[in-house]
Amino acid sequence: MRPGGRLGAPLRRAGHVLVLAFFFLVLGFPFYWMTITTFKQGSDLYNLKNNPFIFNAPPTLEHLRLLFGETLFLRWLGNTALVGVLVVGITLLFALPAAYALARLTGRWGERLGIAIFLTYLVPSTLLFIPLSRVVANLGLQDSLGSIILVYPSFTIPFSIWLLMGFFKSIPRELEDAAMVDGLSRFGAFVKLVIPMSTSGILTVVIFTFTLVTQEFVYALTFISSAAHQTVGVGVPIFLVRGDVYYWGSLMAACLIASLPTAFVYNLFLDRFIAGFTVGAVK
Amino acid sequence: MKGRQAWLGPAMLLPAVLYIVALVGVPFILAFFYAVGDVKVGSVGYHFVGLRNFRSIFENPAFLRALRNSFLFTISSQVLVLTGSLTLALALKEKFPGRGIVRFVILLPWVAPISIGSIGWKWILDSLYSVINWVLVALHLVKPFAAPMWLGEPSLAMMSVIAVHVWRILPFSTVIILAGLTSIPKDIPEAAAVDGAGFFRTLFQITLPMLRPILNVAMLFGVIFAVTDMTVIYILTRGGPYDTTQVLPSLAFFTGILGGDLAEGAAISLFLVPLLAVVAYLMLRVARRAEVT
Repeated sequence: MRPGGRLGAPLRRAGHVLVLAFFFLVLGFPFYWMTITTFKQGSDLYNLKNNPFIFNAPPTLEHLRLLFGETLFLRWLGNTALVGVLVVGITLLFALPAAYALARLTGRWGERLGIAIFLTYLVPSTLLFIPLSRVVANLGLQDSLGSIILVYPSFTIPFSIWLLMGFFKSIPRELEDAAMVDGLSRFGAFVKLVIPMSTSGILTVVIFTFTLVTQEFVYALTFISSAAHQTVGVGVPIFLVRGDVYYWGSLMAACLIASLPTAFVYNLFLDRFIAGFTVGAVK
Repeated sequence: MKGRQAWLGPAMLLPAVLYIVALVGVPFILAFFYAVGDVKVGSVGYHFVGLRNFRSIFENPAFLRALRNSFLFTISSQVLVLTGSLTLALALKEKFPGRGIVRFVILLPWVAPISIGSIGWKWILDSLYSVINWVLVALHLVKPFAAPMWLGEPSLAMMSVIAVHVWRILPFSTVIILAGLTSIPKDIPEAAAVDGAGFFRTLFQITLPMLRPILNVAMLFGVIFAVTDMTVIYILTRGGPYDTTQVLPSLAFFTGILGGDLAEGAAISLFLVPLLAVVAYLMLRVARRAEVT
């Protein structure tokens, strides 16, 4: 018996709670702060004598009214949704057949190619944005949503191929074989059997493509210069600031609205997302 | 039957491969061409200028500073992220009431758009209304008008951008490690406990060695996210004060896009390539090992 054995249990419990509480507070604090800032009156917000953690004056919806009524915020939400939908469409169109081919139709070299596709995750936007800014300009897409609709699939397709590949591999081969014996071609089996069976995999791709689109910053900042064509990710931190004046109330309201919906959906699909990153290091 | 369908695999694969080659492969190669050319925003034509751009960036003190900062930023944030996320993952592994809510909140920094999280921090670190400073003043740790300028003083600003980056990446690393932890068969650490091994002995001699592949994955992605990121720095400090928090990607942006000197910007960003190559090589080794076992 170890001497600390008996004392160890309560000590470990306390340590456990302490660790969780610490990370919970540090990681969550900015979101609490966004929330309380959103509903505070300006006079309360900018008075150093007030305790900033509580409402010293009644809460207000003024910042939200300003955000929705007098800024381009709704427009940016609309732009983000539009880009999201189109990028999701393009991604599925390219990634579904490619992932199926890698999972079923190509043997050893397909596996290599799959790894190569995985490695393109590692090529960052901050290496490509300078040449791409030229490419986008030459295509006449600068300062338009078209630029990011074209470029975003270059990172969502590889990620989706990787996710879908694992998914397709888990479908029993016998099902397709049976369908092909019954007269479907291989491609027919893919379209009529495999795709309908993969709705949850496809849903995962939709979610993550959408999240990647809302999170992207560098390309949108580089290619798009006018406020009206921005997405939420660039519009809020860059164009909600007028000159040097930060309207913190509205700014934090925008942050909150832009983060929470994705966070909810993301949580539901977390395990799938991890699978896309772990290169098979977890089985 | 088999022969008739041999073309189908490549045909289904080709469009995606072409897309990736056109928008990742081609610009990647173009970056090298730009770096030894004279391309500016709006310029036409291309002239080879050899290593002129590289000579010019090496004469620029801001570049040397950015190079150093990139290392500092990456290494210190990764040390903090790995120790922090390992601690947090071990704590999250055990079941407890409210685990779902805790997990949701802990994930928020990673899930929220990075630019949005950063602007939240900009408000927390505000020069006048910083809540951290309010607490410090309330606790009489600093005087009201001598409160720290978190983003206005070079070393504090560097610490702030590192801290915000750690805040952002820690949840990602935590969920990856957590996935690794849950894949360790339960009976192994339990058997060790029965044999009298304490918490730390079990951790260092059993859990950590078994976690190695997944820790490698978390670290490699962490390094990539850190060394290639410019968003946190762009939002919080714009590389300032006086270029003291500039890193390679942000300097490439300021030089190439805002300054209009595409060639020099490309040359700066190319310094990311050796590091990315090393990471790619290590990632392949992880993948190969996972394939064998």
